[in-house]
Amino acid sequence: MSTDLNTDLLNNDLLNTDLPDDDLVNPVEPFLRTDRMPHIWCPGCGIGTTVNCFARALIESKIDLQSLALVSGIGCTGRVAGYVALDSFHTTHGRAIPFATGLKLANPKLNVVVYSGDGDLSAIGGNHLIHAARRNIDLKVICVNNLIYAMTGGQTAPTTPDHATTSTNPYGTFEPSFNLPHLVEAAGAVYVARWTTFHVRQLARAIGEAFQKKGFSFIEVISPCPTLYQRRNKLGDSLDTMKYYKAKSKVKNGAPTSEVGLTISGEIIVGKFVDRERPDYQSMMRAQYVDSLGDRFVEPMEAEVCS
Amino acid sequence: MKADPRGVLTGEHFIDGDHACCEGALAAGARFAAGYPITPSTEVVERFAARVPTVGGTFIQMEDELAASITLQGGVWAGAKAFTVTSGPGFSLMMEHIGYAAMTETPCVFVDVQRGGPSTGLPTLPAQADMMQARWGSHGDYAVIALCPNSPQECFDLTIKAFNLSEEFRVPVMFMMDEVVGHMTEKVVIPPADQIEIVPRKHTKESVEEFQPYKTNGDLVPEIAHAGEGYRFHVTGLTHDERGYPNMTPQTQDKLVRRLQNKITSAADRIAMFEEAHLKDADVVVVSYGITSRVAQRAIDTAREQGLRVGKLRLITAWPFPEKKIRQLAGRVKAFVVPELNLGQMALEVERAAAGRAKTFSLTHAGGGVHRPEDILKVIVEASR
Repeated sequence: MSTDLNTDLLNNDLLNTDLPDDDLVNPVEPFLRTDRMPHIWCPGCGIGTTVNCFARALIESKIDLQSLALVSGIGCTGRVAGYVALDSFHTTHGRAIPFATGLKLANPKLNVVVYSGDGDLSAIGGNHLIHAARRNIDLKVICVNNLIYAMTGGQTAPTTPDHATTSTNPYGTFEPSFNLPHLVEAAGAVYVARWTTFHVRQLARAIGEAFQKKGFSFIEVISPCPTLYQRRNKLGDSLDTMKYYKAKSKVKNGAPTSEVGLTISGEIIVGKFVDRERPDYQSMMRAQYVDSLGDRFVEPMEAEVCS
Repeated sequence: MKADPRGVLTGEHFIDGDHACCEGALAAGARFAAGYPITPSTEVVERFAARVPTVGGTFIQMEDELAASITLQGGVWAGAKAFTVTSGPGFSLMMEHIGYAAMTETPCVFVDVQRGGPSTGLPTLPAQADMMQARWGSHGDYAVIALCPNSPQECFDLTIKAFNLSEEFRVPVMFMMDEVVGHMTEKVVIPPADQIEIVPRKHTKESVEEFQPYKTNGDLVPEIAHAGEGYRFHVTGLTHDERGYPNMTPQTQDKLVRRLQNKITSAADRIAMFEEAHLKDADVVVVSYGITSRVAQRAIDTAREQGLRVGKLRLITAWPFPEKKIRQLAGRVKAFVVPELNLGQMALEVERAAAGRAKTFSLTHAGGGVHRPEDILKVIVEASR
């Protein structure tokens, strides 16, 4: 597996569609519910960019779409489930991971992606995040981190960095923020990466890599909320944010996650931080049952589907 | 269709209500449960955890009740019959996902082995004070079905019924046990699998192109598809149209919320189950459910020995409330006596359905024990005057 993503970037052929000129379609269109467009995201929002990367990762990894289910929680990123042409579940606030856990355990053949925001996954859903990582449930979690509660109007999130102004901390935040890669690594995730919405090729590649992993994979995507975070903190518009991501991002694959915390305008350490092997929940469960029950153990799938 | 024999422990057993409930779930085809330990309900999932790997299925103990109550719904959308089990404090935490199950029409069963509340209350002692919460606990307008067993045998029989109703109506079914019924040990007869009728999931027969996840076909209950079958459908807790797409108009809201309610209320007579005795000549009818019905039985027997014309109406279905039955009786009896282990919850429904044509005597008890039969008898005597 290549670690030199910048070299890969130059050789990337994702955009070679081999289609005749008069029949050009966006290659990600088949992955989207085009009858639901336009989407609700603001101009300059990064979530659409991440969905584009996700779709390109599906193209590249040639994953069986019928086996793929996507689960979102609540919030701006929570709306992703509604726009992808997959079996998709828009659940309750914070509970995408436990819902996804049920899908995966009841039908282990499914590839289950959790696609949600930083507030949904790490505040109200924080307990589920760490326990799913601890259990090493085979889920691919894509966490779009815009550093704020965006859907509700720009309130402080557990990820809001030092002294940023929010609608609920109008004089600046003062509580420490979560370093999400550090949190999920400590809890047990087998794959942890971070990219920004500037790093579209690397992000698509990371999503593809996560599909190759068995176990709890977590990809954090730093993404602008020009409407509520950048503007309120006088950080410019989305283009300025892209320039910031470009200038201040530093690729450090394998960086100790304890050192990748975010600040309001400082360096953003990106890359693949964790890629390790650990038996996933269902493998451990099966091994335990076989060991304890022997011939009395019955495979779950033999009796599970009830239609 | 008949029960899968692998889940049916045919024979005579001497087990408590919690264990019988677990056997009912297995007989009904439940092969997935997510739970969180809470007294006095934990024995249900303890037994399930021991039994399910030998019949082909999965149990997971989650980090809290919020997780358990939505994990089971992920299991349902992957094709399993699934349930969770809890008691008061956990039931409170599950309310949001009872609403989600109602809104997304996810067939599933929530077992609540009731204990004294509010808050931590009386963890090891009985109450029946979650009856209104079972009906109204989640926000917004919706309808559910709730059943009340009064013996370990019924914990087995009615758990199967609860699963069947959840599949028929695509609705969360509340299984309202209480601590005494849960921990009471009695004989439970489990019939052979070919004598147990199972309602299969209402799976769509539409093609992938034609399928719309919330399109109904006359009977108010849409057909379902599961993840991984190629339908690529969408499910959301937002107000949605027949395609399952979010739609924020008052028209879509009205159509959806009324259907969610009507699919249950319009079938109320068919869902209503009750046990009755001596109603023909009754002046007074004791309306009770769960463990209280067994105490009430003693009071009724004594009253009849004393020559009082007392009838029995035991509610097996609490929700939708069998108001037609109460309305019919209200025209010809003097009064209803409603003992329950709460400060008067189902008594309100009896009073509403009676609509002033018969008096309602609410016999309250805050929980932690059961009524004394003589206290019920005293009210029967008063109501008979």
